[in-house]
Amino acid sequence: MTASFGRGRAAVAATRDLICGIALAILLCLAWGTPARADAIDDTLARFASDKFPETEKAIGELAASGATTAAAILDALGENRLLFNPSTRAVYYKDAAGTLFDAKTGEKAGVEAGGLKKVRLNNAVRGALEAAKGDMSILSPDPARRLAAAESVFKSRDQSAFAKVEAALAKETDTRIKLAFEQARAALLATKVDASEAQRLEAIATLRARGDQDAMGLLEAASATAQGAVKAAADSAIASLNLTLAVWKNLQNVWYGLSLGSVLLLAAIGLAITFGVMGVINMAHGEMVMLGAYTTFIVQEWIRAYQPGLFDYSLAIAIPLAFAIAGIAGIAIERLVIRFLYGRPLETLLATWGISLILQQAVRTGFGPNNRDVGAPSWMAGSFELGGLSITYGRMWIIVFTIGVFLALQLVLRATPFGLRMRAVTQNRRMASSMGINTNRIDALAFGLGSGIAGIAGVALSQIDNVSPNLGQSYIIDSFLVVVFGGVGNLWGTLVAALSLGVANKFLEPFVGAVLGKILLLVFIILFIQKRPRGLFALKGRAVEA
Amino acid sequence: MTSARLLDLRGAIFAVVLIAAAILVPIAALAVPPASPFHVPAYVIALTGKYLCYALLAVALDLVWGYCGILSLGHGAFFALGGYAMGMYLMRQIGARGVYANPNLPDFMVFLNWHDLPVAWWGFNSFGYALLMVLAVPGVLAFAFGWFAFRSRVTGVYLSIITQAMTYALLLAFFRNDMGFGGNNGLTDFKDILGWNVQAEPTRAALFSLSAIALLIGYLIARAVTMSKFGKVLVAIRDAESRTRFLGYRVENYKLLVFTLSAMMAGVAGALYVPQVGIINPSEFAPANSIEAVIWVAVGGRGTLVGAAIGAVLVNFGKTYFTGALPEYWLFALGALFVLVTLFLPKGIVGTLGQLFARERRAAVGARGNRVPAVAE
Repeated sequence: MTASFGRGRAAVAATRDLICGIALAILLCLAWGTPARADAIDDTLARFASDKFPETEKAIGELAASGATTAAAILDALGENRLLFNPSTRAVYYKDAAGTLFDAKTGEKAGVEAGGLKKVRLNNAVRGALEAAKGDMSILSPDPARRLAAAESVFKSRDQSAFAKVEAALAKETDTRIKLAFEQARAALLATKVDASEAQRLEAIATLRARGDQDAMGLLEAASATAQGAVKAAADSAIASLNLTLAVWKNLQNVWYGLSLGSVLLLAAIGLAITFGVMGVINMAHGEMVMLGAYTTFIVQEWIRAYQPGLFDYSLAIAIPLAFAIAGIAGIAIERLVIRFLYGRPLETLLATWGISLILQQAVRTGFGPNNRDVGAPSWMAGSFELGGLSITYGRMWIIVFTIGVFLALQLVLRATPFGLRMRAVTQNRRMASSMGINTNRIDALAFGLGSGIAGIAGVALSQIDNVSPNLGQSYIIDSFLVVVFGGVGNLWGTLVAALSLGVANKFLEPFVGAVLGKILLLVFIILFIQKRPRGLFALKGRAVEA
Repeated sequence: MTSARLLDLRGAIFAVVLIAAAILVPIAALAVPPASPFHVPAYVIALTGKYLCYALLAVALDLVWGYCGILSLGHGAFFALGGYAMGMYLMRQIGARGVYANPNLPDFMVFLNWHDLPVAWWGFNSFGYALLMVLAVPGVLAFAFGWFAFRSRVTGVYLSIITQAMTYALLLAFFRNDMGFGGNNGLTDFKDILGWNVQAEPTRAALFSLSAIALLIGYLIARAVTMSKFGKVLVAIRDAESRTRFLGYRVENYKLLVFTLSAMMAGVAGALYVPQVGIINPSEFAPANSIEAVIWVAVGGRGTLVGAAIGAVLVNFGKTYFTGALPEYWLFALGALFVLVTLFLPKGIVGTLGQLFARERRAAVGARGNRVPAVAE
């Protein structure tokens, strides 16, 4: 069984196996040999107080088998040198991590001072016994979550010494999910067990094949390397079938990563699709609107941390309207103060808005400092879940959902509101719209505010996955422009398709050429693509084009 | 007034100033004793030499932007490529004096455990070849880029954005160690140029004079181009591209030629810049640098050439002053400059002054005409 460990660690492993073996033997004797008695806990605890290593080892075994309510706490305390005893009364106490003293027998707070107590000492043999006891306790633990974790842990560690325990646990298990986990753990052990029968191995291989993930693959490869004949054939066929499944999952995972990246690109670019795409204003300060949104999130979270810690999970929901308002007002101010004097002069607009972006960056740097600011994730965005062979983090998933929401809301505003109607009228034919009584100046300002506000909302989402620093906006501005240009100016669906396809293409290129070269290739691709279709994927047709 | 000479009054003053600087500054730096009030300290030479290189870049940019309406946000890339070509020559001149004392490979290649000189580096121990590359690399890139872009009629803002994407792609590429151009750290620790120590004061003075002369030559070339019939077509393209095309001119060829020429001038500026500042690294490709160069031209006055050079020197002087005295406020000042110049001084300093003079003269003589090309779009 040392074969499963690295060669250099073989000696250590052998020692550990010996210890585990002894501990296991003791445990088995105790668990099945002598029925646990109610007052046995006193004898066990007294062993701890004897201050001898073999006695301590025995005590550990007895404790693990006793099923005492305090057993887990005592063993944890022992491992961290928090188990104490009184040398004269032989009473045993443990401290919790905070340092409070408890009576080991009852688990209640002890009314004594820690002053006269001695620590229960540890050596390597005791530590080994302790680890084994903890593992066994969790395999047989009454808590289903712990049992499941223990089964997974055995599956991963392939610790052969746990075999008997796993079989015992399997026989008793009623929860189908945990039962499956134990079956898989058993199969993992059998697949590499030296004295397993052929039938057992074949069964193990079938179980592993049904599990079908990367870990199972590793076990099957190990099994195939050591086995002969029918077992080897079964293992190899399982490997071949798993390879195919894994490749499919890997590609799906890449698609998922790509969609995730694409949604980030889309979020950053969608506001620009309004200001640049629909209105034709080259807003180089767009990235700074995103930055303003991110800093709004930061301020909201700081406020919540200081005054209303309970609201932290709602911080993003609070930040979204605020970010929209702040970035939107900033956008309207920029439009009224600068851009409106520059309509029809796109290159000048580009320069002036670049100047504004520099000012905003420096203003934030002066106000908040040049360092990254810490924006936390609410609890519902933390963690991940498995979907088939996909590993999906909640944070990324919510960003995709959020992006879709923003996109649909924007479409709704443009298609179904009077403001959207007027805005489209102005962009399609400014003079005609004006003749129809639309206040084009007001529409310009509001449309610019809308685009900027959406950039601010994007900032709320991006604050979750990127560093919130004064440079946040700059890192998105080139990408955003390329997405809009690639998708076709004046076309939100084009922006959507462009962002998602660029994201997916990027993630599929990355494994082959690396992240940086992949990005370079995409840039070159877009440059060449624009030569072929200067107006993007979905070009507007008609009179508005040359305007 | 349309039959203007190659050197009008403005150009003549510019030429005299540059020639005087090229001759007098080295004398003031080397021959005048340090105690004298006319002595020019070494750091001033290094600084002003750098400004002159920027001025040449600005003239190159003005040629395409001011006269042909091509707002390139990627001229910093041509500048940097010229700089890299010169930097590679300077790296090869280090020879065995590097930290690893490898006679064949620059230090960073030894560090990366390479054994052979990459093909891209072959020939760079010859100064002539390096000079050729200073012109050829930016020129070929600009030609290839322009060939595609102008043929498919990518114009205006779209062109600006893809030039920006170009320099951004180059920035990312040069950051990679695998490219073989020193990665993140770029090229530095130069020792000799043509056998002279780059750090020595006489070399620095000579480089300063060369920069002044290069700027003058660049100005004269640009001026000759814009004065010619070719230049008139460029202005026509700037003001009404479709109309010029319908009149039968091959717009893309005109654009391609002037874009390539401008890129080569930018490459020369970069090549003169590198030995004076002693380093070239990928951050020179940063899109922000290219946009900053555009504001030099805008401040000085686009379509005036002299103005571009003056704008480059003024803005960079301001930058040096601000980053030294009030580092917090430099970006505020630069940002405000972008906004205010585009809003209130669209013709730039020289353009506005020229307009004022022209109006006075017209009032005095009753003459017609305006030598300053109108700034459109």
